[in-house]
Formats: sequence, structure tokens, C-alpha cells
Amino acid sequence: MSLSGRDKTIVKSFWDKIGSRSADIGAEALGRMLRVFPQTKTYFAHWSDLGPDSPQVRKHGSVIMAAVGEAIGKIDDLTGALSSLSELHAFKLRVDPANFRILAHNLIVVIASYFPADFTPEAHVSFDKFLMRLAFALSERYR
Amino acid sequence: MVEWTDFERATIADIFSKMEYEVIGPAALSRCLVVYPWTQRYFGNFGNLYNAAAIIGNPMVAKHGTTILHGLDRAVKNMDNIKSEYAELSVLHSEKLHVDPDNFKLLSDCLTIVISAKLGKEFNGEVQAAFQKFLAVVVNSLGRQYH
Repeated sequence: MSLSGRDKTIVKSFWDKIGSRSADIGAEALGRMLRVFPQTKTYFAHWSDLGPDSPQVRKHGSVIMAAVGEAIGKIDDLTGALSSLSELHAFKLRVDPANFRILAHNLIVVIASYFPADFTPEAHVSFDKFLMRLAFALSERYR
Repeated sequence: MVEWTDFERATIADIFSKMEYEVIGPAALSRCLVVYPWTQRYFGNFGNLYNAAAIIGNPMVAKHGTTILHGLDRAVKNMDNIKSEYAELSVLHSEKLHVDPDNFKLLSDCLTIVISAKLGKEFNGEVQAAFQKFLAVVVNSLGRQYH
């Protein structure tokens, strides 16, 4: 399910629309993931606060979204763009790649709530495809 | 047996008491058919599904979306026995309709996203958790009788 030219255009323009709200969206998505899919908390046992208003969650949510933004800038070579992050997740963090899908789902839920009119089914399918490719590139170095 | 907190029961009851079935049902099903196009395999006789606009404007999709959403009512009314409520429907989906049960999850994800768009801030993490737990139980019950 590779990204068509149309998918890339849609993803880029939606990212522009998201603009400065990306940090909030990332923070909320991460918070929701920890709440709705509690098994994901196992990766953050070293944080003192895993609630929705946790400063650690907020900070990390914006870190994640910054990386997503960078990936969108290099959308024609996601594998290359995410190579070092993939190594980090594979060898150091050892996050089960199934969790990338779970975070992607929560990102989409939050984006839909922020942009109810703009997040049409067409925008949704392109964004979903992008997040799946992103997850795939992030798991590239695992084995 | 699934255990529900008072908050979860109240949340599900509240969401469905305000549900606009004829808007949300069609939105969820059409979104599923657009985002996961392989799900169209079950709707060969629905006419024009050639592109997103056709799917979203298709009256058969709209009607069926409403039907499916109303199908959740029985679970809302009997949250303590969802598994038995859907035993027959599960057999139907398995033996007559031959629907891959993975599709139930895809549709429930789309429904969650449509509800999130509709409720906005009100659909916070706690509400989402309750709603997704409810849908997960329904999805599990619908796949229960497959063999």
C-alpha cells in the first residue's frame, strides 16, 4: 500500500493545516493511548505521571510529532529518514512494533476531533496509509 | 462476564441516547469502505462504489450504515449479556455472509473516529476508553460463533 502522489499531497497539506497544534495533538494522542490501551504503559514505567496532564506525556507527545513532521518533509524516503530512530526503537527501546499502529489510531482519533470537517474519508485514508508506512519504516531495523 | 463500572454504563447510555443514527451510521460505514477498500468485497450488489464520492453518496451504503448502528442497540440495552445477544448474528456473519471478523474491528475503529469528530472535546480519554471497551466486547461477540 505505497503512497501515491495524491496521498503525499494530502498528507503534506493536512500537516500544514495542523501547524502549531501538532504538539497538543501529539500530547493528547499519547495520553489517550496510555489510557485506552493500558498495555502501552509498560514502556513508560520510568515516568512518575502517566495521566493526561502529565508534563512528561506532553513533552514526549510533542517530540513524537516533531519526528512525524520531519518524516513528512522526507516523505519520499521514509526508510532513510527514520533509520536512526528505527535503530533506537529496535535495539535500545525494544518497542513491539504492533504499538505503532495503536499510537497511529489514537493520533487519528485526536485529529478527527480537532478537524471534524476537514478530516474527510479521503484525507483519512491517505493519512492512515502514511502512518502505516511510517510504522513500517520505524520497524525496518528490528530484524 | 464483562464487568462495567457505573461510569462506563452511563457513558455508553449517554452516547447512544444522543446518537443521530442516520448521520453517524452512514458516515462510519462509508468511511470504512473508503479507508479500507477491501471491505467493499461484501457489498458487490450495492451499485456504484468506484470512488469516495460515490461511496459517500450511495443510498444503499447509507441505509445499511443506519441498520448496522441500530444493531448496537441490543448491546446498549443488555450490556451484561452482549455475548448471548449477538450469538445469532455471529452465526449469520460466519455461515451466511462469510465476513472476515477482522472487518468488525475496522468498522469499529471508523465508528470511534466518526464519534470523535462529532463529540470533539467531550470525547476525552475516559469516554474513549469506555466506548472502545464497549465496541471491543461487541466485536468479540460477533466473532465468537465462527468455527
